Amino acid sequence: MLIGKVIGEVVATRKHASHEGQKILYVQMLNLDGSGRGSPRLAVDAVDAGVGDDVLVAQEGWSAMTSVGKPYSPIDMAVVGVIDQVHLSE
Amino acid sequence: MQLGRVVGQVVATRKDDALEGKTLLLIQPLDRQGRDRGRTLVGVDAVGAGPGETIYWCRGREASLAWHPHQTVPTECAIVGIVDSVTID
Amino acid sequence: MLLGRVVGTVVATRKDPRLEGKKLLVVRTIDPSGKDQAGYLVAVDTVSAGFKETVLLVSGSSARMAGGCKDCPVDTAIIGIVDSVEVST
Repeated sequence: MLIGKVIGEVVATRKHASHEGQKILYVQMLNLDGSGRGSPRLAVDAVDAGVGDDVLVAQEGWSAMTSVGKPYSPIDMAVVGVIDQVHLSE
Repeated sequence: MQLGRVVGQVVATRKDDALEGKTLLLIQPLDRQGRDRGRTLVGVDAVGAGPGETIYWCRGREASLAWHPHQTVPTECAIVGIVDSVTID
Repeated sequence: MLLGRVVGTVVATRKDPRLEGKKLLVVRTIDPSGKDQAGYLVAVDTVSAGFKETVLLVSGSSARMAGGCKDCPVDTAIIGIVDSVEVST
């Protein structure tokens, strides 16, 4: 999993049937120093996360699909946790 | 999934049977500011997207599930949504 | 699989119920000589790894084959604590 920050939400009227009713979050993946890591990704929301939340992102299909109860769907990423705290020992 | 813009279409007559009747679109990935970022790629359209539209696509093995249970399509890029808006805080 | 070094922990109260009770560790990926690479991953610990230990990571759908991770939304798991790495030149 990766750590990301929810920076927005995507509205799409025409989309795959399995995405109907799902909240699709615009998530900036983060490096450990909090800087951005690549372009933001879109992830389905399994834990009612919102803009500003630091989140745990699963980037493997089966994990992502089943977290929102949609197995066999074109879903490659999901927010599976809202992070309270990251402790770093470095 | 990732945000992109449809910048073209690919036509191929001889192709895998599962691609028959499907539209192959050229996608330009977009960055946080909505600017072009990264190399274009070819995706199979699952939602009826067209040139110029902002879309999002699914990557990897999961993309081939966009036509489940009717078909398994040999693609690692499926266009699965047409974006109306992105609200950015 | 990847080599990594445990550098932190993640606490998340609100999460997929299948992640309840799992220890989430931040692991920096390293090269065989032990040097930090740019990347990191958040992994489920299945072998009671500790801070600063060098560990073996499995990622992707194979991570669910790690002990206790069956049918869980886990894409990276720590499945070993590395004693030594020998690089033949």
